[in-house]
Amino acid sequence: METLLENAVRGIPTGCVFALLAVGLVLTYKTSGVFNLAFGAQAYASAAVFYVVRKDHEWPLLWAALLAVVVVGPAIGLLLERVLFRYLRTAGSMAKLVTSLGLLIAIPEVVKLVLGDESRKNPPPLWYVMRTDEWLWPRNTSIVLDAGQIATIAATVTVVVALVLLFRFSSLGLRMRAVVESPRMAELNGVDSERVSMTSWMLSSLLAGLAGVLLAPLFASLNPLDLFTLLVAALAATVFGGLTSIPLTFAGGLLLGVLQAVLAGSLPTDSILATGLRPALPFLVLFLLLLFRPGLRSTREVTDPLATVEAPPPAPVALVRPHWMTVGTRAFGAVVVALGLAACWFLLDGYWLGLVISGIILGIIMMSLIVVVGMGGMLSLCQAALAAIGAFGTAQLVAATGMSVLGAIVIGAVIAAGVGALLAVPVVRLDGVYLALATLAFALMFESIFVPLSWVSGGAVPLSVPRPLIGPIDLADDRWFLLFAVLCAAAVSAVVIRLREGTTGRFLQALQTSDVAAASIGISGRRSRVVAFTVAAAIAGFGGGLMATYVGQANYQSSFPYLIGLVWVALLVSAGARSVQAAVLSGLFFFLFPAILTRLFTFPGNWVESNPDAPSWVASALGAIQPNWAQSVAFILFGIGAITYAKHPEGSIEAQTATSVGAIVRWVERRRGDAGTGPSDPVPPPSPEVTDAPPLAGTGRPTADSGSPG
Amino acid sequence: MSGPLLEAEAVSKRFSGIVALSDVSLHVADGEFVAVIGPNGAGKSTLFNCLSGVLRPDRGTVTFRGRSLERLRPSARARLGIARTFQRIELFGGMTVLDHLLVADRARTRRGGLWSDLFRGSRPTSEELERCGIVLELVGLTEWADRPAESLSLGKGRLVELARALMCDPALLFLDEPSSGLDRHETAEMSATLETVSRQHGTAIVLIEHDVPMVRRLAERTYVLDYGQLIADGPTEDVLGDERVRVAYLGDNS
Amino acid sequence: MTAPVLALDHVDAAYGPFRALFDVSFEVRPGSAVALVGPNGSGKSTVARAASGLLAPTAGAVLVDGKDLTGEPAHTFARAGIAHAPEGRAVFATLTVAENLQLAFRGAASGPGVRAGLDEAFELFPRLGERRNQVAGTLSGGEQRMLTLARVLVLRPRLLIADELSLGLAPIVTADVYRVLGQVRDAGTALLVVEQHLDHALSLADRVVVLRQGEVAYDGTPAGLGDQSSTVLLPTGVPGRVDEAGDLLGGGS
Repeated sequence: METLLENAVRGIPTGCVFALLAVGLVLTYKTSGVFNLAFGAQAYASAAVFYVVRKDHEWPLLWAALLAVVVVGPAIGLLLERVLFRYLRTAGSMAKLVTSLGLLIAIPEVVKLVLGDESRKNPPPLWYVMRTDEWLWPRNTSIVLDAGQIATIAATVTVVVALVLLFRFSSLGLRMRAVVESPRMAELNGVDSERVSMTSWMLSSLLAGLAGVLLAPLFASLNPLDLFTLLVAALAATVFGGLTSIPLTFAGGLLLGVLQAVLAGSLPTDSILATGLRPALPFLVLFLLLLFRPGLRSTREVTDPLATVEAPPPAPVALVRPHWMTVGTRAFGAVVVALGLAACWFLLDGYWLGLVISGIILGIIMMSLIVVVGMGGMLSLCQAALAAIGAFGTAQLVAATGMSVLGAIVIGAVIAAGVGALLAVPVVRLDGVYLALATLAFALMFESIFVPLSWVSGGAVPLSVPRPLIGPIDLADDRWFLLFAVLCAAAVSAVVIRLREGTTGRFLQALQTSDVAAASIGISGRRSRVVAFTVAAAIAGFGGGLMATYVGQANYQSSFPYLIGLVWVALLVSAGARSVQAAVLSGLFFFLFPAILTRLFTFPGNWVESNPDAPSWVASALGAIQPNWAQSVAFILFGIGAITYAKHPEGSIEAQTATSVGAIVRWVERRRGDAGTGPSDPVPPPSPEVTDAPPLAGTGRPTADSGSPG
Repeated sequence: MSGPLLEAEAVSKRFSGIVALSDVSLHVADGEFVAVIGPNGAGKSTLFNCLSGVLRPDRGTVTFRGRSLERLRPSARARLGIARTFQRIELFGGMTVLDHLLVADRARTRRGGLWSDLFRGSRPTSEELERCGIVLELVGLTEWADRPAESLSLGKGRLVELARALMCDPALLFLDEPSSGLDRHETAEMSATLETVSRQHGTAIVLIEHDVPMVRRLAERTYVLDYGQLIADGPTEDVLGDERVRVAYLGDNS
Repeated sequence: MTAPVLALDHVDAAYGPFRALFDVSFEVRPGSAVALVGPNGSGKSTVARAASGLLAPTAGAVLVDGKDLTGEPAHTFARAGIAHAPEGRAVFATLTVAENLQLAFRGAASGPGVRAGLDEAFELFPRLGERRNQVAGTLSGGEQRMLTLARVLVLRPRLLIADELSLGLAPIVTADVYRVLGQVRDAGTALLVVEQHLDHALSLADRVVVLRQGEVAYDGTPAGLGDQSSTVLLPTGVPGRVDEAGDLLGGGS
């Protein structure tokens, strides 16, 4: 009993860490409507500034902390609000989530570029360590707190009390909540929405800075990934508080910390339970909370009643594109693919050919995102894990039964589909953000519980997968493998397009835009969504199996870690979540772009070496450009891509297509008009109702209109 | 005289302590046109939601053609032939008017699905187009069939909702304030369409409205709700002349 | 002569590529009541939005009490004494009824203050008083309308703009709202009322502005509108259906 209590008390500091992050997230969500996955990245930025001024410039503790928390934190918040989130105020929660995903990817890379990669340096302790066992507790207990932990506890409690006061009693709290819901209606109430929104962001970013400075010493090295993983763990507390209640969130954080400490103390240390379950516990709790916490399923997204003041969104390409254009585009696409294939076959060396093959296989995995995100409207963050399942399935089957690799890939896809279906049944009942979190929790559980198991991944050494032989053709030759991959991609895209244009796609689209209306005509949302999720899992698994075959082994760490999966989502969604060509292009882009940048960044150094007489300032300027910047710059650009999602929710490639389709249609019409022979106008002319009068309430979007709910 | 189609007996619903409906009974016969009126917040929409399956009543039974609806979700009720429109217009984004009707038709006939999408293609058949054409004609949207539904005016949008509901070939149709937000011309158009639907197709209709002339013109019988309770029901003219209805709902100038 | 509370001076407005208003000019004098009528899609709500700063005009000017506020954010208009009740369910769904009203009364340039304002609002709409601590999103459609209107009616602003005033309200409540509007006007507030039900609007208004396809088709006294009303209020392109519409709706509301 004694030890149980001691263990429980030992969990309190960790619990406060969870609580601080979770409360910060809830604050951001309440005051800006953004479920800010980049909160950890913001914390990382402040922490990095703190350590640079502490270590490299030897600032005193107080000034360094003030700079990092009170200056840098709010400054980042202000910047984000001004250049980004103010354009997103009336966007849906999905757009905001994807944007924060982009920031999550971009911010740490920006920090690394500006401050240098700090992850290899050990951060110093906050201040000299004073342990509570020296002055508070008798020496024989094992409960030990250091000054950092005390500071964390004190800061967390202060923050919670201050925020509860803010929301319960101050008019600023009320105004913040009003602005989140409808900035325009707040304006009608005499509230300066701009200023309130800036204040909100500065406040929540200040909290991110505080969390960063306090939490960084917990880790052996300062690393954005660790902070993000910690943030995901803290999400359990956020969900416990229902995304709104700050006291409940605080309690949830404490409970989580205590639970973890008690389990750690009571579980045997050498069992699979201890090694696998302990780190996965927060994710498991998060997952279970999402499935079973009452009240999460019934939340319908609150929409701005005045959203119709905005210009209506452009009509989707499919609606304005005449049939002959669709046929023409596809034929043109086939020609481009054939030419590209020939160019790769004859011109590329092994290195670039490999990147192209990887890109096309990734394109297939991206197509699974089209089905689940683009068509199904479900932001799944676990497609990488499902791809990994396909890869492991393939490798295990080949290793265990010696069956043909091609058969194994198909069976691997079926296994992934099975896992996807099992996951989908409980998860599709959740709405937007919650579904994204549940799939993220699944990805992390998979990573920490299942990947280490030898019957899944083969253990420490990745399982190898041989290249198959199709008749006389040996796919061990990369060029034949390229052809094979392109054929697979073509087959998968045919499947995706048929589903998208077919009844399945139409039902999903109906569900995505109006759940209740779809139900009113007899469409079962649960069934359609489970089907979409399962199909997507099968495609991801298939892509994963192909990837393992190409690489020669099912290697989780290099091919499928969950963070890479998040980059994929950000990349695809910003390119166009419904478009097959966007999937393939973003797959290629993911592999080729960093490689091209690396080449680009090696030029200056080489030039300096071969031109020793160049002026010294030129040499030093050029010499400073490092080839290893490429990865950072590429990730920043991927992140910025996701950020543009706010402006083109249909995706940049889709938007580009819409523009060019419009231009071509107009051009053809003009020619036909001149000839005077064309059939009737393929695009319905805008009626007076559209041009002269705006789509006012009700005619624009189905959400903003008169009337009432039940 | 046709048999009972929908029978709701003593339906009650509370929301965190507030009584939204208490012991409300409502009967609709085949082909009947019934209105539900009452002050704001009287529980009219809650009643609709309980009947169409969006909400589950705390007490009471709802049967449709003698079959209990208790455990059926809205989509299952729709497949039995219960369709509805919404007070706040609910259209599908990115779809033309015709698409709305086709989707509803596919949901009713259960044609299509994963395999048929993959192996048989999903172009609309001529029978499907014919069925859609009939309904489009009925609601007067034929020339708007290929327009994106989002670009239409509110009045046309409400007609699209009606047409979509009709594609389910409903025996019973719930309409939640179909004239709300419409100007007088659009209201007239809506009234005329509803009259046709009711007369020519024998669809039973339950209508929530604040437009008293429209109720007077269309409904054979009227139920009046106030504070979640039924305060009057009977032939429309009688109910509208009732003293209690006058005090609770109509006021003096009607 | 005093400046008008609100003057629209050759205002054009647009939603992205969709033009909504063409060269709209009219004035609202202090203490007067103007009814803004026209078929759906004629731009009534757009005028209301331009008048309260929600939508910046693409050309022309909006003057409040003689001061040019064109392009200013909406809260400047609100602080200058313009209270706009938008159409539909314009409430903060996640705030309680009382919080919705507190927000309005706290930031207001006029009105009786928070506590007295709440009392007055609940006296006006007892239904809201019964639900004061309920989250506004769970109110029925009509109750949300009441909340929208309670906010502006209690404020006694310089100018009250009500869009689709009686939409979704029970007849008895509509009658009440018009009674209170009369009192508010007598207390010195100017009114700009967008209304579908012509009879109601004309009973209150001393001026009528008729919009057609984004342009002012008539601006004058209700009497001057006279027999034209049924023609003027029809959408363009369907002249043949005048009789039907007139027959159906002339007698009722």
